[in-house]
Amino acid sequence: MTEPEKDRSMELQKEMLAEHFRRLEAAPETGEPVVYTFVPGNLTELVRSFGALPVLPEINALQSAMRGRSQAYIAAAEKAGHSEDVCSYVKCDIGMAKAGNIGPTGTRLPKPDLLLLSYTGCYTFMKWFELLREEYDCPIVFLQIPYQGEGRQTPEQRAYVARQIRETLVPALEKVTGRPYDEERLRESLALSARAEDDLVAVLQSAKRTPSPIDAYFGAVYYVGPIFSAFRGTAEGAAYYRALREEVEERAARGEGPVTPSGRLDRQKYRLVVEGPPNWTHFRDFWRMFADEEAVVVASTYSKVGGTYDFGFRHDAADPLGTLADYCSGCYTNRNLPSRVAMLESYVKEYGADGFLIHSVKSCNSFSAGQLPMLREVERRTGVPGAFIESDLVDARYFSAANLKNRLESYFQMLEARRGAGAPA
Amino acid sequence: MKCFVGIDLGSTTTKAVVLDEGGEVLGRGITNSRSNYDLAAELARTEAFVSARFRILEREVERAAGKDTLSRLLFAFRLEQMLVQLASLEARILEEAGKLEPPSRRQTARDAVLAVFGRIRCEEEARFADPNPPARSDFFRDAAGSAYARLAAEIGGREASFELLVGLYDKCIVKVENEPLDLGFRDHIGKALARSGASGAVRAAVEAASDAELSAAATVGTGYGRARLPFPKEQIRSEILCHGLGAHILFPGTRTVLDIGGQDTKAIQVDAAGIVTSFQMNDRCAAGCGRYLGYIADEMNMGLHELGPLALASRRPVRISSTCTVFAGAELRERLSLGEKREDILAGLHRAVILRALSLLARSGGIEDEFTFTGGVARNPAAVRALQGLVAENYGPRRLNISADSIYTGALGAAHFARRSAA
Repeated sequence: MTEPEKDRSMELQKEMLAEHFRRLEAAPETGEPVVYTFVPGNLTELVRSFGALPVLPEINALQSAMRGRSQAYIAAAEKAGHSEDVCSYVKCDIGMAKAGNIGPTGTRLPKPDLLLLSYTGCYTFMKWFELLREEYDCPIVFLQIPYQGEGRQTPEQRAYVARQIRETLVPALEKVTGRPYDEERLRESLALSARAEDDLVAVLQSAKRTPSPIDAYFGAVYYVGPIFSAFRGTAEGAAYYRALREEVEERAARGEGPVTPSGRLDRQKYRLVVEGPPNWTHFRDFWRMFADEEAVVVASTYSKVGGTYDFGFRHDAADPLGTLADYCSGCYTNRNLPSRVAMLESYVKEYGADGFLIHSVKSCNSFSAGQLPMLREVERRTGVPGAFIESDLVDARYFSAANLKNRLESYFQMLEARRGAGAPA
Repeated sequence: MKCFVGIDLGSTTTKAVVLDEGGEVLGRGITNSRSNYDLAAELARTEAFVSARFRILEREVERAAGKDTLSRLLFAFRLEQMLVQLASLEARILEEAGKLEPPSRRQTARDAVLAVFGRIRCEEEARFADPNPPARSDFFRDAAGSAYARLAAEIGGREASFELLVGLYDKCIVKVENEPLDLGFRDHIGKALARSGASGAVRAAVEAASDAELSAAATVGTGYGRARLPFPKEQIRSEILCHGLGAHILFPGTRTVLDIGGQDTKAIQVDAAGIVTSFQMNDRCAAGCGRYLGYIADEMNMGLHELGPLALASRRPVRISSTCTVFAGAELRERLSLGEKREDILAGLHRAVILRALSLLARSGGIEDEFTFTGGVARNPAAVRALQGLVAENYGPRRLNISADSIYTGALGAAHFARRSAA
């Protein structure tokens, strides 16, 4: 068997992650403090400016699922009394903790010195960290992040969040790490973030080309990995995004498509916009269902779940706490439905999509609530036909491969038939 | 003659439709989808071609010998097909009986089996002689199975018990279903002619018709098992597209289609040309699909076709919201123990099935005029009544179309795709 084609950036990312998990495993000996926090709107620059290492439980859950371990963890959590209907990320994480906290790369994860909770559009986060607090008996900082119900952050909301960071979070981090707040270091980190963000946006927007040199859903999951997790604001992170951008630009110059589990996708019959997180237990099989039909995703909302950069936001070194407040509030799940519809509409139009697909997830109400009205509204505004499929994040019991494949094939054939009929497609 | 074939490989039944060059239906065939999908597709196709031949014969023979002759010939043909399958089943069961332990049981078992098959053959001959034979299932498994079980109960004794005989049958029926038998037109038309006592004129017409070239210019496959069909990818269409187009062909005014099959419920919107514009299907769970009613029928020890008529007798339908098939038995027994009437419970179950379908319809974009209902469940009068009521309640008056051939909707759409692909 020949080795499957792999991008250089994938190798680079793998090394970065492995190194990060090695440091985490050694943390009890090296004394590096550890902060558990969530992906959406996370404050990685601030955490790392105190010399602390972040752990992101959702990423551990999804990576456990990609490595085929989530079902056993979920079973362990259910054995401990968590219902089948509880968010499967939560159960996967709790189950992992109960099974000795061996992370997705096979190394042991350290206990947290601090739980940093911002519930950006997801109320389950609160219950999740409540459970972890019981597990670890450690301090917790609870940032109140106002939901963007009006579609934008008011100056008062911004000041409110910045004040919490300054008055609550910074003292807590000082206490846990034993280091004073170092604003200069934070500014340097924010400048590195902005550089990486520029490069990431260039990568994501390369999908406006035909053929698209990237897959902006399945492929972008890897692309956003470092920036949404431990590496935003770090030198390695900035270097990764520069290398990624170069790689994608080279590919675009050669007129090539992205590498998928079915090989390189140069012929792209369908250009899609996708809403909702992917399934992780069958990630590559799921991707293959698209690639085998020569469907490429040109834009997705999931790749904005940590933070949204493609409408102009960049971390601003000149206003450290204010920019963190903006970032925290602006992530995708903290936005109201009209903003999400507007975002999808602009993606369909600007990326020349001929299809729009919602992957709805039983576990995740922050994503799923309101998705059907969104689908109809995006269809109405763009004239592009939508589709709706369902499975789950990390619970394989809700992934019915035959049925999903059937729905997707039907949808692609419908796009084809409508094209043939001269309908707007 | 050039013709076009559509095959719909469903989870419960496999259907085939043959079209002529003008797009008219020449023949239809159906068989139960067995573990061997290739064979099920081949059988449905053979059946569709048999019925196409008879359709071509129709005019010729009627002119030569009057209307009834052809139906006698068709009956004779069916009997010949049945006898071939019975012979195969009998041979296999005798072979199984020959392996029984201890060997002393073998002869009595073989004698009983021979007696049972002798009687089945007599009954089949009598059925042929009957001008109005009672209706029965189209599938060999059902027709042969019920006769065998009935006669095994009658003939089986202490030496060769009913259980032993039925056990032998169960071992063999799947093998017979999965063995390719010659069931085509040319295989049996000669014997059928002799049996029906056809005149020289009829024979000449049959001769001419059977020599007529009937070749499939294009075939399109669809349905749940379509990936198993030995066709290139371009000849495979999703059942969504095929049901949409099929419903449009049957009722050109169709804008919304509801199909409730064995394990799928599909809500489809189509445009004026029958092209799908939106659809929804059950993704994560098959509660409330056709198999649910099958399970209820088993639980109540009734035939599937008896459920609807009984439910129609209900005066006070029970409210049931769960459509979990696995829980259905418990729900049923609970209601019965509370003293609810069977018809009222059944009416509630039918309503629950339709409520679930309505949720999918709403997700797909609602119900537009005209509204066409297809799939096995469309044959159930109580499901139809519940649908009519709930549609009127939620969407106002809608014209509801149901075709007697609705089970062939997907295969019909596939055949039309085949015809278009060849154009």
